[in-house]
Amino acid sequence: MATHELTFPISDPAEILKLHAGDEVVVQGHVIGIRDRTQIRIFDHGVEPPIDLSGAFLLHTAPNVRKLGPGRYEKLCIGTTTSARMVRFTEGLGERYGVRAICGKGGFPDEAIEPMQRLGMVYMAIVGGAAALETTQIEEIEHVAWEDLMPECLWTFRVNDFGPLTVGIDAHGNSLYHDVQERANTKLEELYARFQ
Amino acid sequence: MSTTAVGLEEAVVEAAAHLYVWALKDIPRDLRDALAAACERETSVAGIRVLETIRRNVVIADEQENLVCQDTGIAVYYCRVGERFPLHPAGIYRALKAGTEQATVGHPLRSNTVHALTRENTGANVGYRVPIVHWDFVPDWDGLDVKCVPKGSGSENMSFLKMLVPADGVNGIKRFVLESIVGAGGKPCPPGIVGVGIGGSADYAMHLAKEAIARPVGTRNPDPLVARLENELYGLLNETGIGPMGLGGDVTVLQCHIEHADTHMTLNPVAVNYQCWAARRASAHIGADGAVELDREF
Repeated sequence: MATHELTFPISDPAEILKLHAGDEVVVQGHVIGIRDRTQIRIFDHGVEPPIDLSGAFLLHTAPNVRKLGPGRYEKLCIGTTTSARMVRFTEGLGERYGVRAICGKGGFPDEAIEPMQRLGMVYMAIVGGAAALETTQIEEIEHVAWEDLMPECLWTFRVNDFGPLTVGIDAHGNSLYHDVQERANTKLEELYARFQ
Repeated sequence: MSTTAVGLEEAVVEAAAHLYVWALKDIPRDLRDALAAACERETSVAGIRVLETIRRNVVIADEQENLVCQDTGIAVYYCRVGERFPLHPAGIYRALKAGTEQATVGHPLRSNTVHALTRENTGANVGYRVPIVHWDFVPDWDGLDVKCVPKGSGSENMSFLKMLVPADGVNGIKRFVLESIVGAGGKPCPPGIVGVGIGGSADYAMHLAKEAIARPVGTRNPDPLVARLENELYGLLNETGIGPMGLGGDVTVLQCHIEHADTHMTLNPVAVNYQCWAARRASAHIGADGAVELDREF
């Protein structure tokens, strides 16, 4: 399993194809924070996001912040939320906006595998709950849009050595989550047989 | 209200505000030990990466006095009220609500509470019937014990209830717990504590499961029969291979705790409530004189 360092937003889609499920990744550059209500606004209410998402790395988050002034926020504690709730937005994010990476915790179900392969996207797993560490890797909140959705706004963070992340679903049709579930289901039959 | 009661209510407000923030920042010793043991036991590459990151995170939270996890949860309190405690539970509830609000605004903490239908944020982590408070009453005692368990949504969303039939027996209970945790995969931030509630009624089984996750990690049910089932399920769950954050590995759960209640002859309810690895809890004792003693676990 390889270790990669990638800077987002990326301009060369081939960068994504170098990643394979299980690889370790550290991210530099810019990370876009997004969550349930942000994506409901984009896809269900048809509101165009006011920032460019092409080549972007999205993070499933709703941070703890302190307001400093109009549109200016200080980070207090920034961590990552469960991704599975937001899987249905994957295809739209890739197809309409050119998003290349989605980072969250807990994984995406199998329905994300096909669009991610077709559109050249990856899912990267962060360690859920490890927000104190994650906060130190976010250098600054550079921009925030849709403040009315606080804390589920559209955030732009500048990061340094963001990770370690694990490639959970790659752009080649592999998903660690699928594999783990498949093995676990086989194991369950064995465990049931033991006590029945 | 007498002067004493006002002073006591203020003491409970201060205790609640302290407990909420403290629980979010400083995870208990027994949990730290369980995480360290998990790190020793894990052999998968991704699993070790996750567990080492978790331990690094706990150290950083300590050093920077930051929250361990960004999810400040829904505020849940467990209260043991002595029958001679001078403040009525209505006053205790008011105080817990005020303390939650005080902590949220003062720190400040992310506000998670929303209206169930409009989804509009109600502000300050309080709202209609929030915080959630569970009560126990103790005869012939004048004290109050409060335990704050801020419950994150990632783990709470992985709650499961099944009304098994008596013929499903204990094996049916085991199957349900196993399939629930495998189905939950990486979503509830494993390795955590699996709380199982058995018996009672539908609502009470889930209540018991929640009570089980709030126990110190690795404690055993006083009933030896139930304790044996805790040990067995703990072993079985760790054989599923779900692993840390669902990426595959040896450590799927830190513990399995069970609480039970007698039930109807034709009921066999089982509930699973998951608690993430950042199993936050903090306790305090408040005396009848308003003196607060922190970290008195119950």
